[in-house]
Amino acid sequence: MSSFEDLLADDGRVEPRDEMPDDYRRTLVRQIAQHAHSEIIGMQPEGNWISRAPSLRRKAILMAKVQDEAGHGLYLYAAAETLGVDREDLLDQLHTGRQKYSSIFNYPTLTWADVGAIGWLVDGAAIVNQVPLCRCSYGPYARAMIRVCKEESFHQRQGFEILHTLSHGTPAQRAMAQDAVDRYWWPALMMFGPPDADSPHSEQSMAWGIKRFSNDELRQRFIDMTVPQAEALGLTLPDPELRWNADRGHYDSGPIDFTELFEVIKGNGPCNAQRMAHRVRAHEDGAWVREAASAYAAKHAARTREGAA
Amino acid sequence: MITPPSSAGLFSYVLGLADDALVSAQRLGWWISRAPQLEEDLALANIGLDQLGQARTLLTYAGEVEGAGRTEDDLAYLRDEREFRNVWLVERAQTDFGVAMARLLLFSAWQSELYAALAAGSDPTLAAIAGKAVKEVAYHLDHAAHWVVRLGDGTEESHARMQAALETEWPYVDELFGPVEGAVVDPAVLRPAVLTTVEAVLAEATLSVPQVARARGGGRHGLHTEELGYLLAEMQHLHRSHPGATW
Repeated sequence: MSSFEDLLADDGRVEPRDEMPDDYRRTLVRQIAQHAHSEIIGMQPEGNWISRAPSLRRKAILMAKVQDEAGHGLYLYAAAETLGVDREDLLDQLHTGRQKYSSIFNYPTLTWADVGAIGWLVDGAAIVNQVPLCRCSYGPYARAMIRVCKEESFHQRQGFEILHTLSHGTPAQRAMAQDAVDRYWWPALMMFGPPDADSPHSEQSMAWGIKRFSNDELRQRFIDMTVPQAEALGLTLPDPELRWNADRGHYDSGPIDFTELFEVIKGNGPCNAQRMAHRVRAHEDGAWVREAASAYAAKHAARTREGAA
Repeated sequence: MITPPSSAGLFSYVLGLADDALVSAQRLGWWISRAPQLEEDLALANIGLDQLGQARTLLTYAGEVEGAGRTEDDLAYLRDEREFRNVWLVERAQTDFGVAMARLLLFSAWQSELYAALAAGSDPTLAAIAGKAVKEVAYHLDHAAHWVVRLGDGTEESHARMQAALETEWPYVDELFGPVEGAVVDPAVLRPAVLTTVEAVLAEATLSVPQVARARGGGRHGLHTEELGYLLAEMQHLHRSHPGATW
C-alpha cells in the first residue's frame, strides 16, 4: 500500500486503477453516492416552482438550473461507478433508505422566494463545502467537482438576484424574501454537518485527503461570506447573536439547535416521506420504459450479430 | 401572389404558434424529477427549455405586431383561457411516458415542417425565429422517434402501451392542419410531409397508424379542453397575485 500512502503524502491524485484501502473506497462510495442522491432529490423542491415561476425569464432560468442538477447527479454517479459500483445499485440503496441525501432537501419550498433562498443560501453553503473537494485525493471526484462548482456559483448568483429583486420590490415581495431567509438560514448552517467534536467520519477523511477543512471551519467561512451579502440584500439573518468579532476576525453567531438536524436525518423532517415517495414513484413508473430500452438494445444487438455472422 | 395578412391576422397566427410552444413547455416541465431515468430528466428539461425559448421570442414578436405594448409576460400571464390560441394536442396533462413521447413525435414532426417553411417564408422576423428553432426541433424529433421505436419494438408491455398512447394522441393530429387566420404558411400543405415522417417512425416501431375519430379541436379560435384552465391557473397564479410587480 506504499504507493497509496506516497500519493497522499505528495498530495497526488488517486485514480480508479490505483490500489487503495477498502475503507477509503467505501468512504468515497458513501460520500459520492450521498452527494449524487442529494443532486437528484434536490431537483424536487425547486422543480416544485417550475410550473408557477412568475415570469418566463425566471421559468427558463429555473428549468436550466434543475436540469444542471440532473447533470451533476450524472457526473457524480459516473464518478462513483469508477469505484466499482453501479448506478442502479446506488439508486436502490437510496430508495430503500440505506443511503442518505442532504437533509436540506427535506424542507419545503412554500413560496417563490424559497427558490431564491435555496440558490443563495443552500447553493452558497454547497459551494463552500465543495470547493475544497476540487482538491480531493480521488481524481474522478475532484474533476467532477470542478464542473459542479462552476455551475453552482452561477446558481448562487441567480438565487441572490431573485432575492435582490424581491427585497427591492413591493412590501409583499419583501416580506416573502425575509420569510424565506428566516426559514432557510438555520437549515443551511446545518448543511456543514455536526460540530467537529461530534463528527464521526471527519478525522479519517482528513487523513485521506478527502476532506480538507473541518465542519466548523467551513461553517464559519460560510457565515463570514454571507453576512455582508445579507446586508447588501437589505435582509436580516435570524440570529440576534450575529456580530463581527474583531479579535477573531470572524463573525460570532448563536448556538445551532442540532437536535433539529438529527431529527431530520432520522427521517422526521417536514418532507422526508414526500421526497422519497416522489423519487420511488418516478423510478417505479419508469420501470417499463427502462425494460423496453434494454429489450430493444438486446434485440438490436442480436440482429446485428446475426447479420455479421 | 398571396396578400400579406393584416396585422390582426398576423398577431393571431404568431400567438397560436407561441401558445403551442409555451403550453407544451409547461407540460414537459412536469417531467423534470419524474422521468424514467436521469438522462431523460435532462433531455426533457432541455426540450422544454427550447420550446419555452421559442415561445418567448414568438410572444415578443406577437406583442410587437399587435403594437399595444404588451410584453411576453403580459401575453403569457394576463390572458384567460378563451384568449389562448394553442392546439389541443399540447394542452392536456401527460403523465405517462408513452403518451409524452407519442405527443412529442407528432408535435415535433409538425413543428419541423412548419419552421422549415417559415424559415423560407415571407415574414423576415418569423424566418429568423424559425431558422433557429428548426435546428432545435430536429433534435426533439430525433429524441421522440428513438423512444417511440424503442418502446414500440421493446417488450410486449411497452408495445401495447406505446400503441395505446398513440391512439390517445392521434385524434389531435388533424387540428394541426386546420385553416388559421393570418397564416404565413398554409397549415394544410404541411400534412403530407408530417405524416410521411411519423408513419416511417411507426413502421420501424412495429406500431400501426391509429384509426380513430378526430377530436373537435378549436384551440386556434380560443375553444379549449377543460384542462387548459387548470394549467393556466397554476402557471399564472403567482404573477397575477402581485399586479405590476417585477420579478
